[in-house]
Amino acid sequence: MMTTLIRRAIQAGFVVFAMTLIVFVGVNVIGNPVDILINPDLNQAERLRVVQNLGLDQPLWRQYLSFLHGLSQGNFGDSFVYSKPALDVIVERLPATLELALCAMVIAIVVGLPLGLYAGLYPERLSSRLIMTGSILGFSLPTFWVGLMFILLFAVQLGWLPSNGRGETAEFLGARWSFLTGDGLAHLVLPALNLALFKTSLILRLTRAGVQEVVMQDFVKFARAKGLREGRIVLVHILKNLMIPVVTIIGLEFGSLIAFSVVTESIFGWPGMGKLIIDSINLLDRPVIVAYLMMMVVLFVSLNFIIDICYTLLDPRVRLDGKG
Amino acid sequence: MTALLDVRDLVTVFPGDGKDLRAVDEVSFQVARGEVLGLVGESGSGKSVTGFSIMGLVDQPGRVASGTILFDGEDLAKADLETRRSLRGRRIAMVFQDPMMTLNPVLRIGTQMTETLHAHETLSRQAARARARDALGLVGIPSPEERLDAYPHEFSGGMRQRVAIAIALLHRPDLIIADEPTTALDVTIQAQIISEFQRLTEEQGTAVIWITHDLAIVSGLADRIAVMYGGRIVETGTISEVLEHPRHPYTRGLIRSVPSENTRGTRLAQIPGVTPSLGRMPAGCAFRSRCERADGTCAERPGRFGGARAYHRCFHPHEEALA
Repeated sequence: MMTTLIRRAIQAGFVVFAMTLIVFVGVNVIGNPVDILINPDLNQAERLRVVQNLGLDQPLWRQYLSFLHGLSQGNFGDSFVYSKPALDVIVERLPATLELALCAMVIAIVVGLPLGLYAGLYPERLSSRLIMTGSILGFSLPTFWVGLMFILLFAVQLGWLPSNGRGETAEFLGARWSFLTGDGLAHLVLPALNLALFKTSLILRLTRAGVQEVVMQDFVKFARAKGLREGRIVLVHILKNLMIPVVTIIGLEFGSLIAFSVVTESIFGWPGMGKLIIDSINLLDRPVIVAYLMMMVVLFVSLNFIIDICYTLLDPRVRLDGKG
Repeated sequence: MTALLDVRDLVTVFPGDGKDLRAVDEVSFQVARGEVLGLVGESGSGKSVTGFSIMGLVDQPGRVASGTILFDGEDLAKADLETRRSLRGRRIAMVFQDPMMTLNPVLRIGTQMTETLHAHETLSRQAARARARDALGLVGIPSPEERLDAYPHEFSGGMRQRVAIAIALLHRPDLIIADEPTTALDVTIQAQIISEFQRLTEEQGTAVIWITHDLAIVSGLADRIAVMYGGRIVETGTISEVLEHPRHPYTRGLIRSVPSENTRGTRLAQIPGVTPSLGRMPAGCAFRSRCERADGTCAERPGRFGGARAYHRCFHPHEEALA
């Protein structure tokens, strides 16, 4: 267990390192931040001063080395735009994204898993076919379009729910959260539903496929032959066997919810990290882009590790040390 | 002696080709308390489906279409789902063919045993565990206390089948349906399992329906035998009656195709042709397309000639004993 953890950490280190290189070169190729960041009205001397302050007068390899030097002291560099540490800029936005992603994921699991179980157990029923048809819609309708329709219907036509921003927030664990206030919660509903729609369909279809595979197995028939009640057969014998692919997808999709909710956050004006990264790319705010992507690498590596630990809990045949 | 299980004119159908195909076709047999019935036939003869029909576990979309399954006087074919569930595992148990597939891979052996107890009785976890442990010991699994916490993949095939048998015996059922329980095992393990099984069911006075394609196993194990072909029982009776005086040409062919001391050095007899698929069974006697004695009369459906416990379904039965 410990060796696996250490091995994963070293692997993550390599990926993070490669990521910084790619981003440094990549952002440099896209364009010169100086042209975007600096007020064109400034004169040549002022302009030079700003460039020197940002360290952009140095050759790229020198900039990279000084970045690595800062990194070794836990410093990701200062944002060109906000003039404060890049990490702080990102962490400020983290709670907004985190609560949105968590809400969407919870909705997707609570709705998708039971419906998938039902559709898999009773594939012949009309209700199952309706569920499956619905999931195809959830699967194939583009997120941005569904988001716009939500706004049109619930915010504009019906006027039930707000469509922009986080609403009121309350302080908890040193950060500000929307889900703690009624107004914030109302603001959370539409973007969370928008994000959850695709994930729900994904979990639903995966669960159904898993159920249909597992119910064919002899051990399910044997469980019936033992006289077990249907509830126990479904909730213990079938569910535990199909959780492995479902847990994998839940983990990875949760990661992508945190990292890439750009579209939904933009449509609903949700001040999360997705919106931040898009703004940063537009402004070529390299320190923020680098720090953000490094965080995401660490996030995905951690999620994968948690998924692996779940495997060992779900399936006794899986061992993390590669034996057995 | 009243029969423990009295199956009458059981018909189990599977939809196919626009009509219902009869996988089990007017099957009738009886099993007395403590008796061992060998249900013999080739694959596709309907012997396993007969077993699952009695259990009420026919795979969808198959169903029991008609007939009665009297178990201790109660007709299971008409019983509601909860009644059937409460009988399963408690009074009628089943052991499956492939021990590698019958245990749930992600649950501990102890859990899979105690849940069977909890499904039918109210008892404490400790009591359930103690009974599970004793049952494992009974089927010859060493250090049963520790093995309760093991998972199926930590057992060999033979050991897993012992666990399955232990589960089947947990409630001291009146009847066990054993669906080829040794087919998937090594020959040496087969012999062990069969003798263990025989010992335990005799001790507990359990009746057994032993489903197999292997006449040799049945001849050493069963009191009575029922031979199935094309979904019907073509001949049934006591072991000695059927094996020494087989009346139906199919039974005779089956016995002749088993190698023995007497047939050493000679060419082994075989039944010509192959078993037709369900949809292509000939009308009348299902065996007539492969039978040397068949004639015009066989186009008619043969009835049962004989009593409830010993009969055959042939218009031209052999009268002489088998050489």
